[in-house]
Amino acid sequence: MGSKMRHRASAIAAIAAVLALSACGSSSSDGASSGAFPTAGTGEVHVYNWTDYIDPEQLKAFTAETGIKVVLDTFDSNETLLAKLQAGATGYDVVVPSDYMVAQMVELNLLQKVDVAGFPNGKNIKPNLMDVYWDKGRQYSAPWMYGTTGIACNTVDPNCAKITSWKDWFTIGAPKMDSLKDQVEVVSAALRATGVAAADLCTTDKSKYLAAQNLLDGFKPAVIDSDSGIERVIAGTSNIRQAWNGSAHRMKAKVPTVEYIYPKEGLNLWADNLVIPVGAPNLDNAKIFINWMMDPKNAAAESNFTGYDNGITGSDAFMAADLKSDPAVIMPADKVALATPTPNCSKEARDLYTQVFTTWTTGQ
Amino acid sequence: MTAINVATESPALQNEQMRPGQTSPRLALPTVLFLVATIAVPIAITFVYSFLSTADIGTGVKWDFTLSAYRHLFVQDKLDGTTAFDTRYVKVIWNSFVYSAITTVVTLILSLPIAMWIATRAESARNFLVAAVTLPFWISILIRTYGLRQLIDDNGPVGGVFHRLGLDYHIIYTPTATVIGLIYVFLPFMILPIYASAERFDFSLAEAGYDLGAKRMTVFRKIVLPSIRPGIISGIALVFIPALGSFLQSDMLGGGKANMIANVIANQFGQSRNWPFGCALSVLLIGLTVLFVQIIRGISARSGDQVNLV
Repeated sequence: MGSKMRHRASAIAAIAAVLALSACGSSSSDGASSGAFPTAGTGEVHVYNWTDYIDPEQLKAFTAETGIKVVLDTFDSNETLLAKLQAGATGYDVVVPSDYMVAQMVELNLLQKVDVAGFPNGKNIKPNLMDVYWDKGRQYSAPWMYGTTGIACNTVDPNCAKITSWKDWFTIGAPKMDSLKDQVEVVSAALRATGVAAADLCTTDKSKYLAAQNLLDGFKPAVIDSDSGIERVIAGTSNIRQAWNGSAHRMKAKVPTVEYIYPKEGLNLWADNLVIPVGAPNLDNAKIFINWMMDPKNAAAESNFTGYDNGITGSDAFMAADLKSDPAVIMPADKVALATPTPNCSKEARDLYTQVFTTWTTGQ
Repeated sequence: MTAINVATESPALQNEQMRPGQTSPRLALPTVLFLVATIAVPIAITFVYSFLSTADIGTGVKWDFTLSAYRHLFVQDKLDGTTAFDTRYVKVIWNSFVYSAITTVVTLILSLPIAMWIATRAESARNFLVAAVTLPFWISILIRTYGLRQLIDDNGPVGGVFHRLGLDYHIIYTPTATVIGLIYVFLPFMILPIYASAERFDFSLAEAGYDLGAKRMTVFRKIVLPSIRPGIISGIALVFIPALGSFLQSDMLGGGKANMIANVIANQFGQSRNWPFGCALSVLLIGLTVLFVQIIRGISARSGDQVNLV
């Protein structure tokens, strides 16, 4: 154990020495904190991201520009990521948690406070994403993609016209409906449908959850999962699907009749982030990677790949035209007020979410 | 350390009486350590965690002793404030049991003729056919299940047949699909042990039966079946017990609804973040598995068969 840690420490020292040398070589020094911000390095950066959520071509470009090789690994939920980081040293340098998960990871001391706002490209963070509840002043996290969770509907299905709210979604009983397999998204939508206000989604009033559970009792989608949505809608197996807006955008690219519905009770606005976990073996490389991704051009390339808007000012100039003109991706002015942050609930409220979700999935 | 001990103590060992072919029990040490680390320790952790509380923040457990995970298996504190007997998990366990039982019966019916047929071929053909039965093991179970999903999908070949016949019938994302997936994956585990028994069967005994005037079914029932019974019992054990804890088929083919116990367990370690309850469910599943192993052992002991179970 001890020898392993020493070994790692010496590796970090070696990389740091190389970086220090290369920093001396270049004369530019616009770093805000101690010394110049590194721009090139050696070795690797280990990135742990959601499945299908980063452009492989961009990773090659990053290696070409910085000399750092990217090793990518993927996960499927915030909880998986949290469990891995909590289990101890993972060897990851950059991981991608969502909003509420950043807050919990900070509380659990799992993240490094690296002052992301002070990075050379930190000035590009969109002002409305700077003082977010999970990281005031962007000390720990850089914005990645953000989006909403609504309903994607293929309008060849006549039921689409009848769905304007979560209540319609849960009660219409149409065939070819799919739900996400996501406790927070399903239960919060049911709470909204039964009249709970956006600000009250973390209530601990059991009667509210009872109403949501009663609504869910009659809701029997064909499939409950979070990973096969795009292909199923393209294949025509599913027509009405609870979906992230970027998925809806990617469906539209193949099936132009797909429309993204903003339910009138409101919908969850989530934002993913790049963070550096405690114990990251290549800290400087991680900083270089995050800074590189906050470049407007690179952020736009990721948006073009993922189908989501990003948190970097000036990236619109490099975004694909079909992305910028898609009301699923760029929220229409009259829909902006509908989107409220995904609730970050107390354990007590989370347990109630779990209870409703478990009752629903085991009752299918 | 281990190597040094063996070296220094080896003269003493030489003094002990060893039968030919016997060697120092210390050579088993790496295997024993491996099994302890990969089976005994995880089961012990599962057992201990099932009596703890969930962590206040993050994943994991809090070291507060409680029986609430076990209470949670059968008692539900409903949202309306009442307490009731909880049928949800009993139902899921019953589902797992029924799916596994159907899988076992169907694979047995399919395997008997296949295994007997292979056993009656010439030796070169037998080797080829056995290799053919094991061929699916060359491909990851995930990929095979994914392939099956494409096949029975509404837009796949099978769905196309229903569509052309004008039938509004869907296999994919139903319990039927889950069971089809289980049968597909576990079939070789039934064929191989039955074949192993059938291969050792002396078919001249069956001929003698015919010579003495027995009909086909009588020969099968009274001569063949008793001889291959150990293979059948092994096959049942090898199919039923792992099928009980299956996760993938229900997740990928059954539509991600929590239809089998393993899916509910997986959920406790993911979304629900309730490790103690996941552990309690696991302890229950381990208990059921041990129970079935004992039942099968009992059956084989009573019939006096030599069954290779563990």
